[in-house]
Amino acid sequence: MNPLDAQNIIAKRIARELRPGMLVNLGIGIPTLVANYVPNNMGVYFQSENGLIGTGPVPDEGMAHPTLTDAGGRPVSALPGACTFDSAMSFGLIRGGHVDVTVLGGLQVDAQGRLANWMIPGKTVPGMGGAMDLVTGAKRVIVAMQHTAKGKPKIVPTCTLPLTAAKPVNLVVTEMAVIEFRGGRAILLETAPEVSVAEVLAATPISLEVNDHVPKMAL
Amino acid sequence: MQAISVEEAIDMIPHGASLMIGGFMGVGTPERLIDELVRQGKRNLVVIANDAATPGRGIGKLIAAGLVAKAVASHIGLNPEAQRQMIAGKIGVDLVPQGTLIERIRAGGFGLGGVLTATGLGTVAEEGKRRIEVAGKSYLLETALRSEFALVHAFLADQIGNLSYALTARNYNPVIAMAADTVIATAEHIVPVGVIAPDHVITPAPVVDYLVRNT
Repeated sequence: MNPLDAQNIIAKRIARELRPGMLVNLGIGIPTLVANYVPNNMGVYFQSENGLIGTGPVPDEGMAHPTLTDAGGRPVSALPGACTFDSAMSFGLIRGGHVDVTVLGGLQVDAQGRLANWMIPGKTVPGMGGAMDLVTGAKRVIVAMQHTAKGKPKIVPTCTLPLTAAKPVNLVVTEMAVIEFRGGRAILLETAPEVSVAEVLAATPISLEVNDHVPKMAL
Repeated sequence: MQAISVEEAIDMIPHGASLMIGGFMGVGTPERLIDELVRQGKRNLVVIANDAATPGRGIGKLIAAGLVAKAVASHIGLNPEAQRQMIAGKIGVDLVPQGTLIERIRAGGFGLGGVLTATGLGTVAEEGKRRIEVAGKSYLLETALRSEFALVHAFLADQIGNLSYALTARNYNPVIAMAADTVIATAEHIVPVGVIAPDHVITPAPVVDYLVRNT
């Protein structure tokens, strides 16, 4: 499967987790694509941690405003009902449990569901930005990542990369599977349409609980 | 509040000063103050800010000019020059989780010694910090941050220094305006007193020490 297809499967599946009225924070990379599958009139509130609730699509060419941007500094639009605030408020919303769902990219997730997504020692040290606060404070944390990187599993017994938080994430969605982490257990909830349970197990070197019937991802 | 020129504003800042600088990826950064810091060549600066912006923008200009000795930030990944200088040991970088950084600054400006947060527990961000239990939950003690100067950029300033901000250019600006010994503000527009309605003033005039004249 080419990477673009994989990313869009992941984004489309995660979009189905969102409900009207939810406050949702999307990280950069695959998580950003989730918004493409959520209708503007659905009533989901997207937060940009630089100080915006009601983040809308990228404006048309020539319609950008220099002080209406996302957390990467790129121009965005604001939907009707949007509001802006300072960074202390923004992280009060995040840490204070007001964000219903955050979707973050991942480098590794361990058997307990603990995420590593902010640095590769000796290679890149970009900084954790808001990732540690989001994993710690959001009510539900969903990781959007490809199942493997260069053929190597990203869901691993123990993370070799520095953790983003000690608190586990709730759900990992890849182009192969949906895996839930609950009470220290990892449960295979769904597989992608063309993917078998055996293929998921082969690419996931942790103890994964499998029910008698594992449904296919509805996309 | 005193109105001054951009040259006079930066002339007050000594080499080696600690500066909190507003902005998020360069949005809401006082670019005129940055340009003047570069022109006057203020060296060995300690910069406390959200990020290192991008090359050629905001704090990115200070880093490119080699003026920053130490940065306290949450993210420098979109500025390759900042990464290069950090790896080469030219800039000391303290990476702080974003919510912790802004809250440490808020604590500094609000007369608090620090804050307790669960962010960073069990990660490298916990190293060297005290863990404190409150009502059965663990937190890290994160100490307050202050600086000698805050460089703030507003959308509107009135003639006595009340400030309001535009959209996502607000970010760190009103928080750092509380946490420095000397607060220097620039604004897109300087307007008569009363134009900013009392309900819309975000930073009250008494905390602004200097407002840079527009030209």
